Amino acid sequence: MAFQNLSARLQDTMRKLRGKGRLSEKDVDEILREIRLALLEADVNYKVVKDFVAHVKERATGQEVLKSLTPGQQVVRIVNEELTQLMGGTQAKLTLASKPPSVILMVGLQGSGKTTTSGKLARMLKAQGHRPLLVACDVYRPAAIQQLQTLGEQIDIPVFTMGEQNPVDISKAAMSHAQSHNNDVVLIDTAGRLHVDDELMEELVNIKDAVSPSEILLVVDAMTGQDAVNVAKSFNERLEIGGIVLTKLDGDARGGAALSVKAVTGKPIKYVGVSEKMDGLEPFHPDRMASRILGMGDMLTLIEKAVSAVDEEKAEKMAAKLREAEFTLEDFQEQLSQMKEMGPIDQLVGMIPGLGSAKQLRNLEVDESHLKKIEAIIQSMTPEERRRPEIIGGSRRKRIAAGSGTRIQDVNRLLKQFSQTKQMLKQFSSASMGKSRGRRRKGMFSLFQ
Amino acid sequence: MFWKRMFGAEKKQEQEEKAERGFFQKLVSGLEKTKQGFVDKVEQIMTGRKVDEELFEELEEALIQADCGVETSLFLVDQLRERAKAEKITEAEQLKAVLVEEVVQLLQKNAAALKTPEERPYVLMVVGVNGAGKTTTIAKLAYRFKQEGAKVLLAAGDTFRAGAIEQLEVWANRIGVELIKHQEGSDPAAVAYDAVNAAKARKTDVLILDTAGRLQTKVNLMSELAKVHRVVQRELGRDLDEILLVVDATTGQNALSQAKIFQEAVPLTGIALTKLDGTAKGGIVLALANELELAVKLVGVGEQYEDLQDFEANTFAAALFGRQEKMLDND
Repeated sequence: MAFQNLSARLQDTMRKLRGKGRLSEKDVDEILREIRLALLEADVNYKVVKDFVAHVKERATGQEVLKSLTPGQQVVRIVNEELTQLMGGTQAKLTLASKPPSVILMVGLQGSGKTTTSGKLARMLKAQGHRPLLVACDVYRPAAIQQLQTLGEQIDIPVFTMGEQNPVDISKAAMSHAQSHNNDVVLIDTAGRLHVDDELMEELVNIKDAVSPSEILLVVDAMTGQDAVNVAKSFNERLEIGGIVLTKLDGDARGGAALSVKAVTGKPIKYVGVSEKMDGLEPFHPDRMASRILGMGDMLTLIEKAVSAVDEEKAEKMAAKLREAEFTLEDFQEQLSQMKEMGPIDQLVGMIPGLGSAKQLRNLEVDESHLKKIEAIIQSMTPEERRRPEIIGGSRRKRIAAGSGTRIQDVNRLLKQFSQTKQMLKQFSSASMGKSRGRRRKGMFSLFQ
Repeated sequence: MFWKRMFGAEKKQEQEEKAERGFFQKLVSGLEKTKQGFVDKVEQIMTGRKVDEELFEELEEALIQADCGVETSLFLVDQLRERAKAEKITEAEQLKAVLVEEVVQLLQKNAAALKTPEERPYVLMVVGVNGAGKTTTIAKLAYRFKQEGAKVLLAAGDTFRAGAIEQLEVWANRIGVELIKHQEGSDPAAVAYDAVNAAKARKTDVLILDTAGRLQTKVNLMSELAKVHRVVQRELGRDLDEILLVVDATTGQNALSQAKIFQEAVPLTGIALTKLDGTAKGGIVLALANELELAVKLVGVGEQYEDLQDFEANTFAAALFGRQEKMLDND
């Protein structure tokens, strides 16, 4: 994957700058070149990248370096901060009218996810105590109306339809329907259209004029490329949108479109779509998005967490053990308790660059209660068993299960998982060893120094 | 047009030629927006100046802005740099011709048309992420095959998304082709099973299988797709004729990940690039051609039935670089 090369290159660059107390313009340039590539690979628009990098450069040049961080990390920190800031705060608030019914107009390109998002939004509003009405105004795509009706049934929300009539008329009729049926929010699902299709864009303007929505949401696919700026710009110029919903974030798109769209419209990203299911709509978190676009995981957070939680000496020993594949259940237990101090495991995995997309880990779902079980099992072993798990035969397994209040199957699973983990760690250890020969190692975390 | 050869329908050459010319115009007008951005830019960069490093940098910028991707853009610019040096090209205008050449070469690397049918039924499966345009592409394909005199059967394999079956049904009725469907929420592999057997029993010429849109990162959905494929293969007793990945032209670099991971689940035979009628440059086509060995076989440039056509590297590059006069003169 391109981004792993990039991450590695960035780390190389950062390594070169280790130990410097102050960054020269050239140092900063070197790092920023990699950042620029990272952003472009993430589909952030070229012009947006250019402006952004220039801005970061200004801030980063000549900066005093914080003690705990290397100069390279300092620049990344600035980039992260600036990205987060540029993307705005958490603003998952819809603008609703002071006098109901409020109208929310959903607009966007074909296939961006308007209908699904309309359903999700309606469901969310209902849960907040509103009485939403969905309005089917996509009269062009075959069965689009039916799609909305089916979704409406699933989430138990009324859907207003008038067949394939003029969308402006449908919207107007929906308003009086809402008034007489006491619906306080009207969600209008419009047809997907190209921003260059004058006629259809005009139709949206007409709907807007007819029902004066309090909120117009532009639905944008997270996989959109460089063209996101043109799309967002056109929709915003014609309609003056109120916010953006970024969809399909459950894929592996880095989502640079988010930054482009925000930069070009200045409008907040209000929600993100994270699954095909009706509950898959979440508030937007600028910090998470920044890390995702950079493709580096939440590196700084992880560095900070690791620094505070990992005892260096222990980590050093652990690294040596990993190298020689002498990793035992005792170490495993220790690792577990250290990891617990650092926070939820699945988040940690996501924070490690490269690991987030590692195939073996894609399905890794960490259940914290499961971890408690694991600890109990390990604690029920003798020190000898922890050091040499291969001696644990049938009757020992029975004893351990009874002692830890678990079942034999749990003990079996743990032993199997342990040997797999050992195998995996061995792989990671030898993979990163090649690149970092001669460097002082601190387990997995040496990746970040 | 292979249907006529294969199944003996009448050939209407004249009409075809007209249609092809019409399509070129469409592609040109579809890419008109692209031209305004990308080509004007190239034109602007490459007019009345000497070849220097600044020019290469501007060119790289233009390519990246067309969604060609960093790697492919750098690759193309490096090619140009080398050739400029080797061929002692000093004028920017001369370099432009070289750029067109390189682009065509890249696009032709894996170019291929839809497979020629050998055996009834000709089975085509369409896969892709959500909202890429699978169902619309199927409708256009069904229309095209029917026009060519083939007996077409569609299979409503998207049993997940609300309204997906109905959407395909509307298309089937409009075009006048048959449809195999189950209930929403049923097993897509069962639909595929029924469809293949129905196609065999009904002596269908072409079977087109729809599938639910899925993000390539959803492991369970990707295995579901692999299962559907296995069932079709087993019931057919041979490989499918075409498995097309539908890619939205507005997609950025994620298209590479889509192609790679879908390829791991099912043996893709090509790409159908949709929605090229926006301002999207479709430069992702270059990245796909450069980084993966996957041919773009079809492009969609509008909402009419006729707006889905075979991908032609020359035509595409010519339209991209606005040389329609020359192309049409050669016809």
